[in-house]
Amino acid sequence: MTKKRKTVRYLLLCLLFASAALLAGCHGSKGLDPFGMPEEFDTSRNYTITFWAKNDTNKTQTDIYERAIAEFEQLYPNIKVNLRLYTDYGMIYNDVITNISTNTTPNVCITYPDHIATYLTGTNVVVPLDELFADERYGFGGSEVRFDTVAQSEVIPRFLEEGAFDGHYYAIPFMRSTEACYVNKTYVEALGYTLPDVLTWDFVWEVSEAALAADADGNFVVNGQNVLIPFIYKSTDNMMIQMLRQTDGDYSTDEGDILLFNDTTKAFLYTIAEHGKSRAFSTFKISSYPANFLNAGQCIFAVDSTAGATWMGTDAPLRDISDEKLVQFETEVMTAPQFDPGAPQMISQGPSVCLFNKSDPQEVLASWLFAQYLLTNDVQIAYAETEGYIPVTTRAQNAAEYTDYLARGGEDNALHYDIKIKAAKLLLDNIDNTFVTPVFNGSASLRNAAGQLVEETVKAVRRGQTVDEAFMETLYADTTALYRLDQGGSSATGKTDLGPLPKTAVVLLVSLAVVWILIILYVILQAKKQKSY
Amino acid sequence: MKKSVALILTFSLMLALAGCGGKGDAGSDVKSEGVMTYAEYMAAAVDDQVVVETYVQAKQSWWDNTATIYTQDKDGAYFIYNMACSEADYDKLTPGTKIKVTGYKAEWSGEVEIVDATFEIEDGNYVASALDVTSMLGSDDLIAHQNEFVSFKGMTVEDAGNGSAFMYKWDNSGTDGDDLYFNVSLNGQTYTFTVESYLCDNTTDVYAAVKNLQIGDVVDMEGFLYWYEGVNPHITSVTVK
Repeated sequence: MTKKRKTVRYLLLCLLFASAALLAGCHGSKGLDPFGMPEEFDTSRNYTITFWAKNDTNKTQTDIYERAIAEFEQLYPNIKVNLRLYTDYGMIYNDVITNISTNTTPNVCITYPDHIATYLTGTNVVVPLDELFADERYGFGGSEVRFDTVAQSEVIPRFLEEGAFDGHYYAIPFMRSTEACYVNKTYVEALGYTLPDVLTWDFVWEVSEAALAADADGNFVVNGQNVLIPFIYKSTDNMMIQMLRQTDGDYSTDEGDILLFNDTTKAFLYTIAEHGKSRAFSTFKISSYPANFLNAGQCIFAVDSTAGATWMGTDAPLRDISDEKLVQFETEVMTAPQFDPGAPQMISQGPSVCLFNKSDPQEVLASWLFAQYLLTNDVQIAYAETEGYIPVTTRAQNAAEYTDYLARGGEDNALHYDIKIKAAKLLLDNIDNTFVTPVFNGSASLRNAAGQLVEETVKAVRRGQTVDEAFMETLYADTTALYRLDQGGSSATGKTDLGPLPKTAVVLLVSLAVVWILIILYVILQAKKQKSY
Repeated sequence: MKKSVALILTFSLMLALAGCGGKGDAGSDVKSEGVMTYAEYMAAAVDDQVVVETYVQAKQSWWDNTATIYTQDKDGAYFIYNMACSEADYDKLTPGTKIKVTGYKAEWSGEVEIVDATFEIEDGNYVASALDVTSMLGSDDLIAHQNEFVSFKGMTVEDAGNGSAFMYKWDNSGTDGDDLYFNVSLNGQTYTFTVESYLCDNTTDVYAAVKNLQIGDVVDMEGFLYWYEGVNPHITSVTVK
């Protein structure tokens, strides 16, 4: 069985293309009227809404979406929900933007806040949710909702706030995950080290370098194989973002000013270059999935999402490598590396849900009811159990069914796979240590640029290039240009410098001024003539 | 006189055929100055810069000025991933087109490829015939033909894992238009083959053919010998025997 890489690698370019398409599509467009909350949901009418969702190439997640839709349609027979599934956020983003220009967006859509920031460059494209949240009849805990809807206070505030920007809520959280470091504890101890309570960058670099010791035949001593990449990071954008956050390094302002290209970033890149050059470190884009190397005994520290936990470890229920390549070892699930173990900081990620505006407010209200249904315990708990996700409501997190699930980690290698449940617990224990980056038009590009800096640095040293100040200068310039960061965020803040006027405009304005002067002169001359008469 | 003419014609024809042997469908390519032979390419280390002359066999995709293509010369194959390429140039890359590619050798989950590449079109044309590798399945010899256009004969369609002969995406989570995965067996060993939807989308004959397969069908197939943690051919044609 194989996972795919093509869509993953396509993401970067999709985003650039998509942003351009949206801006082109919106140019000159009047857009829809703002959403207005209907007084009552008209149940005498039928509605068909579309739900664009993402699954992690996980059939169980697809089944949960389908079951949720069937149950919702039983409660609301006048609402038909059509499901369209994606396996990649970038492709959803791309398709949404393509459809904005033709007014064919979905009604309900799994998304990331960064993406919503781009959608908001269109006029009334995304529905602000404040009014819907607060509506006594149809909002959170609403009296007319036909299922046991959660109260707003039951949605984890930190997660709910991730969907708030520009003074409004534009998304509700659906699931949350973070990154974890899946560690081959057996090899760490074989190398003479003991895992600390909290993994630090220094520890990971040191053990990774030590692991490169080879025997006379060129095989690595620790695994006896001729392949070993001690440290592999799946999402290098997260890697750089977390490094900066953990050291109070600049990344961006809330308003969208780009601060990534600074000396702190450069210092991290030099460190990364050192370990990329020794081959102690590599990335998913360069080498492949961390899980494949980890499970083959060819990686010691594999950093990936907690939502990828079912692929990690000797007994992982999902696996791409053959039985012959699988190696037995003890897996430890730890927080991603930290600079200050006393104050760990980790990225908050995972799908959110937004609503797209339609000309019929009743249709939007129908969409909102379905979006709320995704926060019910049945959906939240079932979906969270498919991977190392956690539910986003206290009601689901505290439910007996869910606490029982967490307590049974390791009972089997399917629903209760211990690595998956440990990954979920890691996030549950660290909710207050999570963060998100500022959301603005262009923040998705900035995120990709952060990863690109790491990727290009590692590639350069692997190819024998010198990483020095000249390299860094070129890298910063190229990355800025590639992601159009010299023109990106400002569009959201109204600070765009439009540059000098085109020559034709100058000629036109001068001509108009001359004509006005001549008219005024004519009027003055006529007035003088009349006076003289 | 007639005999003399006949002899001259025969001799000329032999010379012509011998000449074709150097630059035609048989034998090895003569490489330009500074260009690697296939053997030199294979000997290069991952991350080394490589320069090869090769011939387009099929195109997988183009997106935002990058192209992913299957190429092959007379000695071996080169998978070229996300090569810088304008849309206009992509249209010129028809099967057989000779290109000079400069990039870096890479390996991703066992797939040896050229990345971060640029190219130029050269004079020349070559379309590879499918090499029958059926007997090499399960052997160490197979990987020597990685990325080549190959054929498999007389394999039996097995349950894809969902009770039918194929499934959409590797875990049956997809829909029409996604990659197709199907299992075929030979001598008791089962292999997973793929219809890569970027290479052959749901309008192609092979996509339709795989959707019509039945468990137990005996099939002949052609495709490119792609690798992902083991052999994972990208199939371009299927014929039920």
